[in-house]
Amino acid sequence: MSARDNILQRLRAAGSARQPLEPDVEGFYATAKAALPTSTRAARIALFCEKMAFWRGEVVRVTRDTWPEKLLELCCAKGVTTLLYGEHSEHAAALQAAGISGLRPYARPIDDWKGELFGEIDAGFTSTRGGIAETGTLILWPDNREPRLLSLVPPIHFALLDADKLYDRFFDALSEQGWSAGLPTNALLVSGPSKTADIQVTLAYGAHGPKELIVLLLVNPGEVQ
Amino acid sequence: MSATHELKFVPASEFRERSATAVGDAHLRQSFRAAMDFLIARRAAQFPDLAALEQQRRLAEQIRQYTLARLPDLLEQLERKLTANGVQVHWAETPEQANAIIVDIARRHSTRLVVKGKSMVSEEVELNHALAAAGIEALESDMGEYIVQLDGEKPSHIIMPAIHKTKQQIARLFAAKVPGARYTESVDELIGIGRAVLREKFRAAEVGLSGVNFAVAETGTLCLVENEGNGRMCTTVPDVHIAITGIEKVVEKLSHVPPLFGLLTRSATGQAITTYFNMISGPRKAGEKDGPRELHLVLVDNGRTQAYRDEQMRATLQCIRCGACMNHCPVYTRIGGHAYGTTYPGPIGGIISPHLLGLAGTHALPTASTLCGACGEVCPVRIPIPDLLVRLRNEAQHDARPGRPPLLGQGAARSRLADAIWQGWAALHARPTLYRAYAWLATRLRALTPSRQSGWTLSRTPLKPAPRSLHELLAARKKR
Repeated sequence: MSARDNILQRLRAAGSARQPLEPDVEGFYATAKAALPTSTRAARIALFCEKMAFWRGEVVRVTRDTWPEKLLELCCAKGVTTLLYGEHSEHAAALQAAGISGLRPYARPIDDWKGELFGEIDAGFTSTRGGIAETGTLILWPDNREPRLLSLVPPIHFALLDADKLYDRFFDALSEQGWSAGLPTNALLVSGPSKTADIQVTLAYGAHGPKELIVLLLVNPGEVQ
Repeated sequence: MSATHELKFVPASEFRERSATAVGDAHLRQSFRAAMDFLIARRAAQFPDLAALEQQRRLAEQIRQYTLARLPDLLEQLERKLTANGVQVHWAETPEQANAIIVDIARRHSTRLVVKGKSMVSEEVELNHALAAAGIEALESDMGEYIVQLDGEKPSHIIMPAIHKTKQQIARLFAAKVPGARYTESVDELIGIGRAVLREKFRAAEVGLSGVNFAVAETGTLCLVENEGNGRMCTTVPDVHIAITGIEKVVEKLSHVPPLFGLLTRSATGQAITTYFNMISGPRKAGEKDGPRELHLVLVDNGRTQAYRDEQMRATLQCIRCGACMNHCPVYTRIGGHAYGTTYPGPIGGIISPHLLGLAGTHALPTASTLCGACGEVCPVRIPIPDLLVRLRNEAQHDARPGRPPLLGQGAARSRLADAIWQGWAALHARPTLYRAYAWLATRLRALTPSRQSGWTLSRTPLKPAPRSLHELLAARKKR
């Protein structure tokens, strides 16, 4: 018998005297939500900004018209000389039109240019599939157009988040967006730049991933502060 | 750095001696006290509403119990889903099998270097040793794990591996062992040194290894919880990703993850969420530009089925490895993680290690508790840790109950002398005449009581019978 068969056989032989009912996770979250005031768009935006700031993520409110311009401004201010982006992504055209010098597409499989990615890229730009207000979290959904390492290797990560896609909690995001029907090879929740407290519980940013996370939050013109 | 690191091993049977040494180390005591106080306060701040916390704990417990009741079916579902997603699933009953699987994969890719994200199961099976024996360097990339590996040590806490070290010690370590590193006590600079060294390694390694926090059967997804980004590096940059986990880490549905994840990070470090929550559902697909080309999952038993077969001890497998029980344990705080000599220290170690390693080497661990109950009270999945500690103390002293198979090392702490003393004690107390005679004699000869009474007088005043027994005193009163 294989290790697999032995393990499964031992588990089956043990049996289960009790068959616990399936936990009502949805009901749990519905009850918790009912006890709170109704969630509004303004409240979600405010909470997201507060929590993301707590994680040391920078949030910049932008509109559909102004975000490329704002990104250019941020790149100049932070001295970004190379900005990596997804070649055929939804926002490629807008990025190309923004006049950002050093804009580079993630065009080839990583195997060909690992050294360059680790050594020469200052910043990466990605879209997001949404955000979570409760914890100040971005939902990233890498694919063939926006590869996984875009949000990990460059020291600065710019992420564009549509305020329409802010959910109250993690559970709301995964159930409303129907994640269990199809996940990408690597879905991610990201809350701030990478960090560690492994030396004497002292917090330090930029452990292995980005040292800075800048969220461009897409809002309506009236919501820009 | 050399390709192999010398690791120091300490058998669990020497637990008592090591705890005595640890308790006398003022430096270590201070490190742990400060860190545990910090973590206790951070966790408490996350749960201001105790009634709400109780509801969350009950839900989490229910999810874990529901999952465990259906464990064999869910493991098969997980395997089917992962296989359909292009992941290769392996099963290992023992550490040797798990290591052989991993060494074999590494050899097939002729790799010299495996970069590792945090994985307690890989520590449990002593994977680094097995890789070193095969001439393959295993490099820990979690900052804390990197630090302890560099110093030839093992983690002293499951969440904060280098908690026993001060920044001055780490500064000296880096200056001595990292080529080109100068002495600095700035934590930012120290992390910067680690970052630079490890980024080179992520780039160079052909194989990355990680643990798993939750394996979702419904979608075939491996979830990883981390702050640093090294987990993402290990699972994304190298050409091959090997994940290793215990068979109990499965959950049925993706919707079961948020309640467990929310409690895990809040209980562990007092964070509402970690920087990264990584949900991996397969290797690089055609057309994708990065991610590993091969993805393996190694499912490890290593004694877990022993805990599973007993209804009470099955609760041990509810654990989501947050470490809150150790943070709140008065014994762990005073002796630190290394004294236990096992991969999992503290209260959870006391109830899991006997299944992994057998009671012969670990029977002292369940006794390393004051039974104050703090571990059970903070456990996010409501494992009755104190009850299980008592149960294992009993199992170490007695034969298996009739009709039950013995545990590995059943009855290992039994001593003939102690058994004989207890038998005598029982006989004495069951026979009134004998008891009275004994009481008369003991009270009359009290002056002869020895001042040193084995273990009792190590930290207590000697026991001495009273001048007269209660029986005698009452009888005298009635006469008056």
